[in-house]
Amino acid sequence: MAFFEIKNLAVEVEDKEILKDINLSIERGETHVLMGPNGAGKSTLLHAIMDNPVYEVTAGDILLDGESLLDLSTDKRAKKGIFMSFQHPEAVPGITVENFLRAAIEELKGEKPSLLGFHKELVAKMAELDMDESYASRYLNVGFSGGEKKKDEILQLNVLQPQLALLDETDSGLDVDAVQVVSRGIKNFRSKDNSLLIITHHRAILNEIDIDRVHILLDGRIALSGGREVFERVQDEGFGWIREQADIELSEEALRQVAAESEA
Amino acid sequence: MAQEIIRKKTVDTIKKQLDTELVERKKTMVEEGDRGVYDIKDEIRYRKQTEKGLNEAIVREISANKDEPEWMLEMRLRALELFNRLENPSWGPDLSLVDIDKITTYISPDSDLEGDWAKVPEDIRNTFDRLGIQDAERAESLSGVGAQYDSEVVYHSLTKMMQKKGVIYTDFETAVREYPEIVKKYFGKCITAADHRYAALHYAVWSGGSFVYVPKGVEVDIPLQSYFRLNAPGAGQFEHTLIILEEDSYCHFIEGCSAPKYNVLNIHAGAVELFVADRSRLRYSTIENWSRNMYNLNTKRAIVGEDGAIEWVSGSFGSRVSMLYPMSILNGARARAEFTGITFAGQDQFLDTGVKVIHAAPETSSNVNTKSISKGGGTAVYRSEIRVLPGAKGSKSTAICESLMLDDESRSDTLPIIDLQCDDVDFGHEAKIGRISDEVVFYLMSRGIPEAEARAMVVRGFAEPIAKELPLEYAVEMNALIGLELEGTIG
Repeated sequence: MAFFEIKNLAVEVEDKEILKDINLSIERGETHVLMGPNGAGKSTLLHAIMDNPVYEVTAGDILLDGESLLDLSTDKRAKKGIFMSFQHPEAVPGITVENFLRAAIEELKGEKPSLLGFHKELVAKMAELDMDESYASRYLNVGFSGGEKKKDEILQLNVLQPQLALLDETDSGLDVDAVQVVSRGIKNFRSKDNSLLIITHHRAILNEIDIDRVHILLDGRIALSGGREVFERVQDEGFGWIREQADIELSEEALRQVAAESEA
Repeated sequence: MAQEIIRKKTVDTIKKQLDTELVERKKTMVEEGDRGVYDIKDEIRYRKQTEKGLNEAIVREISANKDEPEWMLEMRLRALELFNRLENPSWGPDLSLVDIDKITTYISPDSDLEGDWAKVPEDIRNTFDRLGIQDAERAESLSGVGAQYDSEVVYHSLTKMMQKKGVIYTDFETAVREYPEIVKKYFGKCITAADHRYAALHYAVWSGGSFVYVPKGVEVDIPLQSYFRLNAPGAGQFEHTLIILEEDSYCHFIEGCSAPKYNVLNIHAGAVELFVADRSRLRYSTIENWSRNMYNLNTKRAIVGEDGAIEWVSGSFGSRVSMLYPMSILNGARARAEFTGITFAGQDQFLDTGVKVIHAAPETSSNVNTKSISKGGGTAVYRSEIRVLPGAKGSKSTAICESLMLDDESRSDTLPIIDLQCDDVDFGHEAKIGRISDEVVFYLMSRGIPEAEARAMVVRGFAEPIAKELPLEYAVEMNALIGLELEGTIG
């Protein structure tokens, strides 16, 4: 039994099928990378795992330790130890980063963390991410730059310590320094007990991180899975070569996505 | 910029004071879905109460009970006459159910005014304890404390240090007796009985309230607090608050109000008159938490001198109808007014609140920041009038009004009147109306926070800029009130 498993998953948005027959399994301690052209359905998969109400699972199952998550609400899934770093984190006026994280910890662990102890831990984790202490008392993502929001997501990852982290383009829109910081944050989080599923287009964020498996998503299906070499080849050549080596027969839409990506 | 309204009339409102008609009552347990400690009713015997309704005999009786000077009685009788002539406002919430014949305008608890907390009757003391109102002896964060129960103040105390500096803080009856010259000079000069029907009612039957006098150059660095509890059903509370800051002084006055729930209509028509002299600053913080049978028709007004400032912080919760528009008259050059307020309108509530500012001198400024929350079909209206007089050159005014509607049946409106009689004015008004976004709720839930709490968090966050301006105890109370309002209604 895999730690985390997606079986024959199909997902719709507003009656339009986005994902079909997705199969994926991740063991504890593994890092998987999800790649694919724009519109392939990468973010959809992460949101479906977190039960975003916009997305509807129409077939298949999502399992953690062999137990289906489908009947659980988003907060219950978080309590099972799943975390998603948002591509576009929401701003929440009036709630400070510190108070928010303390409330989240209280929900996840079922007890209030000590005020002082928690503050110290938070400040230490912020320091690791080159975040000024003042972020703790700023309202969550309000007036944050794109880079600050991403760092804040990685801070949350490190404070909440989930078992499975889903990172949705956490490196997009970051400058070189910020990518380094985020990369360090992911590395700090990584351990033999927890797992990562990362959507990224870039090499930089994964330079120092071992990759166990890479999946290429095309037209809502996993067209190809492999090791780090798949990631490297996409970095060098784009997605064109997948036409010949796909594990599945590619749909016309998948071919169109590959072509569009090659032109870009 | 939002809509404008055509009809207007000078109306304001405030709070406090009460009455009762029960001679005996039971300690009632809180009903399901109720407001916790705020709804606990006391069994306390009343010493005196007038008959229901309003006529000359009743006004004379109130005055006689207070052993008032003749001029005060005359003022009351003139106000009564005005009340009988004036109509309800032709705009805003429906006041046709307010029937003065069913209201007891004066009811006195069976207690003397005490300066020693221990001497206040235990039942009343317990009520205030439950509400978190500390006596001055214990409250290190306060310079003075006043507590009014129904129509009369039962406790008043001011620290020795402030007494030495010449600060006066007392109930209004004592002020009329002991400081007649000051009272006569200011009473009814900021708000007059002719202003509107409920100002007239107030001046006819006023009882209780606070009197504050801060001499020139004195800073009351620790706040004064008065709490007004309306315990009796079918009663009215009509307290009068008069605060006078002489030049170069400072004071922070905190006012709290609440009443338990009854099925009969109560009315609150207080008046707050604030005089802020040159270079002085007055901060006036209020949390009102009325029961749903309350018509809160209160009037608050400040006159500010040169380089002076009035800072209003206001939280309005509960009541069936509220009409409350604190007014700042910026009378001296560079005088400034700040208003920070929040209202929460739930089912069957119509909260019509806002501000009025008169820029009457050059380079005056006003800064208004209001928020409203509505749910369960409640109506929250922001109504304002900003007037810049011809001589007020170089004045500035900004207003930001934000509304949060928690469901589709609730209503929120912004109705600003802007009257600029001067070209050289820097003016801005911004209104935003929103709902809790599903994306934000999903984001919070993805961190383990259940949906109901996620929504409550967004609401608390919305109110946070207001809570931040309140004294800590009141900020905590406000968050608790928001929690009570949201309980079982969201999710």
